[in-house]
Amino acid sequence: MNARVDRRGARRVLPGFGLSLGYTLVYLCLIVLIPLSAAFFKTAQLTWPEFVAVVTAPRVMASYRLTFGASFGAAAINTVFGLLVAWVLVRYRFPGRSLVDALVDLPFALPTAVAGIALAGLFSANGWFGSLLVPLGITVAFTPLGVLVALTFIGLPFVVRTVQPVLEDLPRELEEAAATLGASRWECFRRVVFPIVLPALLTGFALAFARAIGEYGSVIFIAGNMPMVSEITPLLIITKLEQYDYTGATAIAVVMLVISFTLLLAINALQAWTRRRQGALT
Amino acid sequence: MNAATPTASAPAPARPRGTDEPPTVRWLLIAIALAFLTLFLFVPLAFVFYEALKKGVGVYLAAISDPDALDAIRLTLLTAAIAVPLNLVFGVAAAWAIAKFSFPGKNVLTTLIDLPFSVSPVIAGLIYVLIFGLQGWLGPWLREHDIRIIFAVPGIVLATIFVTFPFVARELIPLMQAQGTEQEEAATVLGASGWQTFWRITLPNVTWGLLYGVILCNARAMGEFGAVSVVSGHIRGATNTLPLQAEILYNEYQFSAAFAVASLLALLALVTLVLKYFVGRRAVDRQHSAEHA
Repeated sequence: MNARVDRRGARRVLPGFGLSLGYTLVYLCLIVLIPLSAAFFKTAQLTWPEFVAVVTAPRVMASYRLTFGASFGAAAINTVFGLLVAWVLVRYRFPGRSLVDALVDLPFALPTAVAGIALAGLFSANGWFGSLLVPLGITVAFTPLGVLVALTFIGLPFVVRTVQPVLEDLPRELEEAAATLGASRWECFRRVVFPIVLPALLTGFALAFARAIGEYGSVIFIAGNMPMVSEITPLLIITKLEQYDYTGATAIAVVMLVISFTLLLAINALQAWTRRRQGALT
Repeated sequence: MNAATPTASAPAPARPRGTDEPPTVRWLLIAIALAFLTLFLFVPLAFVFYEALKKGVGVYLAAISDPDALDAIRLTLLTAAIAVPLNLVFGVAAAWAIAKFSFPGKNVLTTLIDLPFSVSPVIAGLIYVLIFGLQGWLGPWLREHDIRIIFAVPGIVLATIFVTFPFVARELIPLMQAQGTEQEEAATVLGASGWQTFWRITLPNVTWGLLYGVILCNARAMGEFGAVSVVSGHIRGATNTLPLQAEILYNEYQFSAAFAVASLLALLALVTLVLKYFVGRRAVDRQHSAEHA
């Protein structure tokens, strides 16, 4: 009893703990937790077989395949190019570098609907990109490829911004040591630099993937939204809502929420790993 | 500062040769990176302004001064003016509790604050429909009292608060944690009240981080599409924000008008990036000078 009072007394010289924590919890519950729980309560009205039937219907399964497949593809593209962009921004000096660096965050700042109509316009048959690609037999607009393009756009900053600080803090001595010991530049990258940035790279991949599976605004304009072909899961939720199928929409939403929360925990673990890796070096 | 300090004018020592790529490789990598960014970022951005202005400045000005567009601008500003201050107050309270005190469950709380970022915007809209919609928990009661939340402005504001919920808190928490509690404790011991300590010590220390969070929060609040789309009902002149207005015009094949509205949002994004760049630099400088002090 005494120990507890002492410990607390030592920690809590500052006022306002009860007020700030109380306000935080009330606001968090009202805005986030209670509304989110509504989705789970609504779905609990279904029996388990009903729930399974709704969330594994063929049209829903097709939407998962597209959403998760395109999200994975987009995150993979962003992992490769994000590492390259981060490397170029950290290691090289060229005219316009700070401008490019600042503009990498554009997909965070640009409203998704604006990105959506811009990409749809660019890739339509008479758009700047579409008029070049369609004669070659590559149709992007209104196909699953369009979904991939939109998700690549919105996921672009994640890998760059997670890898960049790790590359900046990378001790130059490590590479010098590798070079002195006879490693070629490529060997040095593969066996010294790459293992160090790997946790950050995976974190960036997971962040881009998690963002992509829930994305709506940038996708719907370019996707064509054909059931079974180019209909993403978030759009399917909206379609069901518009047909007043609240239970069906919510059941699919619960599946997405469970996947998102799992990803959030995985990302937290990856970030902890990144910090440990970095802490071990400095 | 003497101009002729020898260390400043001496050329930087050449890097050991083994840790640099050959110039051809270097320029090839730069070229690929810039090509990727140009195709995916710069061209789409330029395309918005090109399409908006393609039919001339007159058409552009007419499109953005259309009554529906002006209503959409007003609603967008109103939404941000409510959502941003609420999340700012929350962010400060949460950061104060988490950074200045120790209590069990702190990590769980921090994770829960980040939760809205991992929820699809569509689902963010859906959960408010489940509560406030006609068939929702509070639906019958709201109807009895003739209060409209879904397909009305309150729903739009609520959905916006949800999607912008973590922005200020997640900037402030690590910043205030890094600064510790010594300065506040000293002020309290010297007789300052809690509010005096907060306004004179804590707030000046985190001004730039706070501004940074507010800028990001505001950009998302004004640009949110998915969540707002679910709860808005798309009533022209009443529940259309700027992104929804751009969508409606685009779906009606009024491309010039759609891109004109979109260009306002693209301008907002550019202003956000500029502010973010300068505020971010100030925040970093501030932190460095604090560390060296």
